[in-house]
Amino acid sequence: MPTFEYAPAPESRAIVTIEKSYGLFIDGAFTRPKATFATINPADETVLAEVSQAGPKDVDKAVAAARRAYEGVWGTMSGAERGKYLFRIARILQERAREFAVLETLDNGKPIKETRDVDVPTAAAHFFYHAGWADKLEYAGLSAGGAEAPRPHGVVGQVIPWNFPLLMLAWKIAPALATGNTVVLKPAETTPLSALLFAEVCQQADLPAGVVNIITGDGRTGQALVEHPDVDKVAFTGSTEVGKMIARSIAGTSKKATLELGGKAANIVFDDAPIDQAVEGIVSGIFFNQGQVCCAGSRLLVQENVHDQVIAKLKRRLGTLRVGDPMDKNSDLGAINSKAQLDRITALVEAGVAEGAERWSPECSLPAKGFWFPPTVLTGVSQTHRVATEEIFGPVLSVLTFRTPQEAVAKANNTAYGLSAGVWTEKGSRILWMADQLKAGVVWANTFNRFDPTSPFGGYKESGYGREGGRHGLEAYVTTAPATSSTQLTGATR
Amino acid sequence: MSRLDVRKTYKLYIGGKFPRSESGRSYEIVSAKGEFLANASMGSRKDVRDAVVAARSALSGWSGATPFNRGQVLYRVAEVLEGRRAQFIEEVAAGEGLSTRAAGAAVDAAIDRVVWYAGWTDKIAQVLGNVNPVAGPFFNVSAPEPTGVVGVLAPQGSSLLGLVSVIAPVIASGNTAVVVTSADRPLPAVTLGEVLATSDVPGGVVNIITARTAEVASWLAAHRDVNAIDLTGVAGADGVHWAALEAEAAGNLKRVYRPMVVDGRPVEPDWNADPGLGRIRAFVETKTVWHPKGL
Repeated sequence: MPTFEYAPAPESRAIVTIEKSYGLFIDGAFTRPKATFATINPADETVLAEVSQAGPKDVDKAVAAARRAYEGVWGTMSGAERGKYLFRIARILQERAREFAVLETLDNGKPIKETRDVDVPTAAAHFFYHAGWADKLEYAGLSAGGAEAPRPHGVVGQVIPWNFPLLMLAWKIAPALATGNTVVLKPAETTPLSALLFAEVCQQADLPAGVVNIITGDGRTGQALVEHPDVDKVAFTGSTEVGKMIARSIAGTSKKATLELGGKAANIVFDDAPIDQAVEGIVSGIFFNQGQVCCAGSRLLVQENVHDQVIAKLKRRLGTLRVGDPMDKNSDLGAINSKAQLDRITALVEAGVAEGAERWSPECSLPAKGFWFPPTVLTGVSQTHRVATEEIFGPVLSVLTFRTPQEAVAKANNTAYGLSAGVWTEKGSRILWMADQLKAGVVWANTFNRFDPTSPFGGYKESGYGREGGRHGLEAYVTTAPATSSTQLTGATR
Repeated sequence: MSRLDVRKTYKLYIGGKFPRSESGRSYEIVSAKGEFLANASMGSRKDVRDAVVAARSALSGWSGATPFNRGQVLYRVAEVLEGRRAQFIEEVAAGEGLSTRAAGAAVDAAIDRVVWYAGWTDKIAQVLGNVNPVAGPFFNVSAPEPTGVVGVLAPQGSSLLGLVSVIAPVIASGNTAVVVTSADRPLPAVTLGEVLATSDVPGGVVNIITARTAEVASWLAAHRDVNAIDLTGVAGADGVHWAALEAEAAGNLKRVYRPMVVDGRPVEPDWNADPGLGRIRAFVETKTVWHPKGL
């Protein structure tokens, strides 16, 4: 098949100004940088900036600032006024969208077309959606039956991952602020820059000092934040392993938590599916964001009689993917976010091959510098293989087969995770039956990897608890228990 | 000549059957005044594990039943409870040390609570679910589904009203339950098992273990095939630390319904208060389904 040559079409990075070094954003202002570490561009390993490692004392200061802001201004402000701040933030994100897209691509390594078309606009949409909720919380159906009107928890500690840095920030901060909480957020160690630019957005919006605090650092900072005694609620997106540590650390306290953790989604293709559309869904399911997506369709379950046809079409399609410079507007796949992640992907794929899977990748030349992994398909995978059970978090598709719908369901649900699933078939009744059977928080039928601020997201089983987005997402950020001074009431941690 | 009464043997209720504890142990149950009432089976770790197996086996049938059907079955439970009213009044009065009148009020409230939840079964999805107006050509709907197998530490104090108030919301939405009863007041729970067994509740949907809470709670909290745990019964339970149970529950990220805490100590809630939706919400998962719209 001929490969069409594209002229390079790099997005300009001139639009964004990256400081040499960054302090922490606490109480409305940046601290002086100290104990800094480098954040690099994973596409070429150049240093982008130095950011500060927040220590326990910095966490204390940030939490104290959030507490003051909660008690002094944000917790008592009318919902309508809070909402207007969120509308402002949404608008500024839209106005500075290109800047954020460029910065995100530089820091994360994902293609500019994704940051430009997905990450940044969806982040802005999250603020816009939640802005409207701020003065309508009593209509959210959370407080019927003896419960009081929804009230904020207070100070929320939020720890987010590196795969969608700005979007995860929006998922966390927008509902927290709309419901009247204040926030201390820690972006991922390898992708702190868009959160630091967001701090500037908060300043431009004249958001009261301390309502949003951004502290950078590694896992130690996150742990100090999560375990801080004056944090009322924890929201975490990341690995199931860390999620369990957090669940243990808050046990026996009054802290609430939402945990959005790992996944090993099955993308199930029946023989009557529109195969060409399914192939597009398989590709976007596992190669979107280099597969570094918790809800990625990393297990393809294809009905046995169309296996060869689907795999042939899939390979043909993968031959047209462009892997390379994330800043190039034609790139479909960018860089892996870090050396550590690349090593993990590499090790798991090698384990898959050692266990008997057949490995295939399209011909593609990967840049010499940076962290790169080609789109990879593993066929002949069986259920017990590590590549069928462990989250790879990379551009690697494990292919399994099934014969009956019951077998597809059994295999799809045979995982400790339960975040998402996909179903491809033209038969409506089968879609609905499958959707009922699949133990997953999100089921995409004849589509995959769709996200929307109005649509709740979150998992079953060890994919975590709580939902983010939509009306359901508000639940995690409010309490409806009676408030009395001597009584500390706790309910479900969900 | 007065007739010698026939005493009841109080056993466990697992998978629709009434076995003795596999451990062969029993323990003495006394009234609030300290008089001997009965010997109850002293459930063990193995009994808990058997009950989890039974609850898991019953899950697909019960969660797959129509909400209308679950509502009818729950209403039937209330009917049969009403028929056994006198028996429950006697057991509650003896165990809790209440007057016949106060025990009667508790039993009536328990029956009414079951009726209340019976009416909820086919409304939960309407109240907790909704269509999401996404910005694109997609049908998108979010609806609650049962979480799965729920471990329930039933309240230590309220032996019937509290008990049905923790069981009914779990099974109304389609979960199945493994219930560890009040350690010292387990008799109404065993009798409730008899009610469930004769009111069309499929075997395994509710499993009832009479036991020392401190002995079996951690096995339930740590069990990998239990999806959620209600810690209400830690309040007033000897030697039970709810923080430790919640930490064990983190092993497979169980959903945890925490006890009510006052001044740092778990306490039993007021079972006469409006229950609200909290217990139903705690044991459902929201599933969101997308499908494109197009010609």
